[in-house]
Amino acid sequence: MLQTLLPILIFAALLVGAAGACRRIRLWRQGQRTPMVWRRLALMPKRYLNDLHHVVARDKAIAHTHVATAGGYVAAMALALVVHGFGWRNPILGGLLLAASLVMFIGTVAVNLRRVNPPPKLSKGPWQRLSKSLIAYSVGMFLISLPLVGVAPTALGGGVLAIVLAAVLVWGLLEMVVGMGWGGPMKHAFAGSFHLAFHRRPERFDDNHADVGHDVHRGSRSTALFPLDLTAKTLGVEKPADFQWEQLLGFDACVQCGRCQNVCPAYAAGQPLNPKKLIQDMIVGMAGGSDAHYAGSGYPGIDVGKHHGGPSEPIVPQLVEAQTLWACTTCRACVEECPMMIEHVDAIVDMRRFITLEKGETPEKGAAALDNLIATDNPGGLDNASRLDWAADLEIPRIKDRPEGVDVLLWLGDGAFDMRNQRTLRSLVKILRAGGVDFAVLGDEERDSGDVARRLGDEATFQRLAERNIATLARYRFARIVTADPHSFHVLGREYSAFGGDYRVLHHSTFIAELFDGGRINVAAPTQPETVTYHDPCYLGRYNGEFAAPRQVLAALGLEVAEMERSGYRSRCCGGGGGAALSDVPGRARIPDMRMEDVRTTGATTVAVACPQCTAMLEGVVEPRPRIRDLAEMVADALVATAPAATVSSSTREEEPA
Amino acid sequence: MPQPDAKAPSPRAEVKAVALVSSGRHPVSGRAGRAREDARAVEMGLSLAGADLSLVHAGDPEDASLRECLEGYLGMFHGLDDERDGALSLLPMQAGDDAVPLLAAWLERSGVQLALTGQRAECGEGSGMVGYLLAERLGWSIATGVAAIERCDARSVTVLQALPQGQRRRLEVRLPCLIAVDSVAEAPRQSAFGPARRGRIDTVDDRLPAGEKRPDVANVDWQWQPARARPKRLKVVKSTNARDRFKAAAAKSSASGGQVLTDLTPEQAAEKLIDYLRAEKIIADTGESSAGES
Repeated sequence: MLQTLLPILIFAALLVGAAGACRRIRLWRQGQRTPMVWRRLALMPKRYLNDLHHVVARDKAIAHTHVATAGGYVAAMALALVVHGFGWRNPILGGLLLAASLVMFIGTVAVNLRRVNPPPKLSKGPWQRLSKSLIAYSVGMFLISLPLVGVAPTALGGGVLAIVLAAVLVWGLLEMVVGMGWGGPMKHAFAGSFHLAFHRRPERFDDNHADVGHDVHRGSRSTALFPLDLTAKTLGVEKPADFQWEQLLGFDACVQCGRCQNVCPAYAAGQPLNPKKLIQDMIVGMAGGSDAHYAGSGYPGIDVGKHHGGPSEPIVPQLVEAQTLWACTTCRACVEECPMMIEHVDAIVDMRRFITLEKGETPEKGAAALDNLIATDNPGGLDNASRLDWAADLEIPRIKDRPEGVDVLLWLGDGAFDMRNQRTLRSLVKILRAGGVDFAVLGDEERDSGDVARRLGDEATFQRLAERNIATLARYRFARIVTADPHSFHVLGREYSAFGGDYRVLHHSTFIAELFDGGRINVAAPTQPETVTYHDPCYLGRYNGEFAAPRQVLAALGLEVAEMERSGYRSRCCGGGGGAALSDVPGRARIPDMRMEDVRTTGATTVAVACPQCTAMLEGVVEPRPRIRDLAEMVADALVATAPAATVSSSTREEEPA
Repeated sequence: MPQPDAKAPSPRAEVKAVALVSSGRHPVSGRAGRAREDARAVEMGLSLAGADLSLVHAGDPEDASLRECLEGYLGMFHGLDDERDGALSLLPMQAGDDAVPLLAAWLERSGVQLALTGQRAECGEGSGMVGYLLAERLGWSIATGVAAIERCDARSVTVLQALPQGQRRRLEVRLPCLIAVDSVAEAPRQSAFGPARRGRIDTVDDRLPAGEKRPDVANVDWQWQPARARPKRLKVVKSTNARDRFKAAAAKSSASGGQVLTDLTPEQAAEKLIDYLRAEKIIADTGESSAGES
């Protein structure tokens, strides 16, 4: 009886599943379409086995579990199709099928053990059911295939036992094959495969890029935001169908593992953002319905089940509250952790673009900063001519007086208006002079890089600033740009190229490390031993993969670095990126306070920083707390004179705030 | 924090409303943009009339920075009941021309009953005089220092006028009326790029009688200099009491020691005013002849 039933079951499951898959594809294709390049499907296996696994393998136990379960399932399904589906009852194939089911079963046991008391990051509901369905499928497949190798009598195909077995297998097939097409948890395998193939950022999977340093850190291979066509009919994303179809596909690949939720600084601070829920809400919007079926953690302070959406309905506020979008610091921790390589930050900025450019509802202080950027080229509304006031006594050369060109163009950034950051800049100038570096500044010709405007969604102001800065830079000759601001570093180095500005940009930590390597600066050993820790800025580390140079600099200073638990690519954001310091969404805790707690745990008395924003955020933590010092300040204090002082200047005076 | 658009006590206007907008000048950079009080006038107009509000500006269409500046106002047409885009009538004139006759002719022709504008403009022809000159020319009422419009019907409008120290005076003004909006009025909504880009700027063919079109003669004699903050009178507070010191610090130029004069002829009133200004050394004691007609 089973021999006639099995092929029917398998093919029926495949057929129904395929029908669901077609419907799913239509849901994705509601998005903005780009031409289909089918041959990209061939890229999928490599991207899955190499790039995706690279992220999954950060948690070894889960990686092994998934390899066993998924590998066993794929093999068992393929073999079952041959053996049971087409009826080629070869004992060797049967043996392989048994082995595959067994491997899958072992993985499934691990899955179920994890699901006994699941960590809060995991979603329950259908995902809890999936763990049981996996058992049903693997056990059912195993038992039903036993007669093939003659272990059990072929007479198994009769009676109550056969009916029970068939029922278990049907359960397994429904979840594993039908559910894959019809939006069950297994759709992650189907959507995920397509997502990997048609990913919007193919550079993330490119292992042999011409650019040296491209491969240093996988997460930072492609981090520039996509430019927005300002002549488009509507700007930004208002409704789910405004996303690119690849983005919708990407959302659908989510496995609700909650890794993003675990690393999101806004979620930890009790602000109404949870990257996982946001992606699930995008799926609700794409498919239409309410978020009541969501079985994971919601946005802190916002009840689950009260929001609804549809592909052509506005997302804000009926599906997602604006506060949720403005809580994001664009720190990219979620993107870095996502095993399905979903691009959360792109989606958030897309939706912010609509709010800012079409609805004019940027949070109040953000809107004020944008107005200032339009009127004065800096977010503080200050006179751009005062950009160099802090350096009145330093006689810093202007690049307009150096038509022959300089080696280094020092990009000041908007920290030039901030008294705290002016100390860092003065230190940096002192280091450059000590190293005999040929440098100059733009002075009042420099404008804000446009970072804040872009993250707040004001692509128009960003593009205007970018075009003007690029036009200014085109007038001068310099070999490279050095800046103490990772945001300028990222925008100039990574995002201006889309507008015709290609520069070699170095962060000051990289440049100082280079000066040490070349023996161009010397420092005295620290007088007393001190424990320091280093806080990786998101836009230097995760966005651009520079983790080594700052640590090299600290090592050159003879300092012992006590690393925080979350450092390097897992560094926790200071809370100041992406305009979050301006939108200032209330939460239970403040992000910089949490980060300072991380610092305290290491026992460090000083935290080395490398970003004006991080400095400001961390210094906002109430005393007593560890000292906050920029790398440039630490180096400048330790400098000892070397023989070839190339440029003689008044840089001996220092540390007086301008 | 999204702005609470379309406020609850929206006194929906039944009359045709227009906002006169001028080109602003940023106090720091000197760049053209929305004039701050004119933007408040547009905000007031939008909460009164929604997308029915029309905008008008008299200026030089050849001026490159003008379009960007006017788009700043058009970008405020969002968050309204209907999705219509903003429209602005641009009355073309040369740089040296007088804007008043142009605006007056346009206002008469358009059947507008309520015109809103900023109380103090930031540069050029948009000077704070325009409102008074227009009202005088058209024979309209004018209400200055307006903080809010409470109600508006076909005959009259009820406004709140801002007085020092946060005091408000309720005024009932008959229409047609020109309202000069104070800097304490509701802050203007953000100007968004999308609506600004879609907003229409219609250059209105100027049908002014040839004799009427004239260069601004007053303008020629003006001296231009950068604005300075008005000097503040030093207040010596002798009190040892924190409450009094706070009150003194929070007070605007207080109205103490004043007197209320009623039932004066215009000549007498002008005399009193001039005497006061002399006593305050705001105008010089000499040059009596210049205090001529009122």
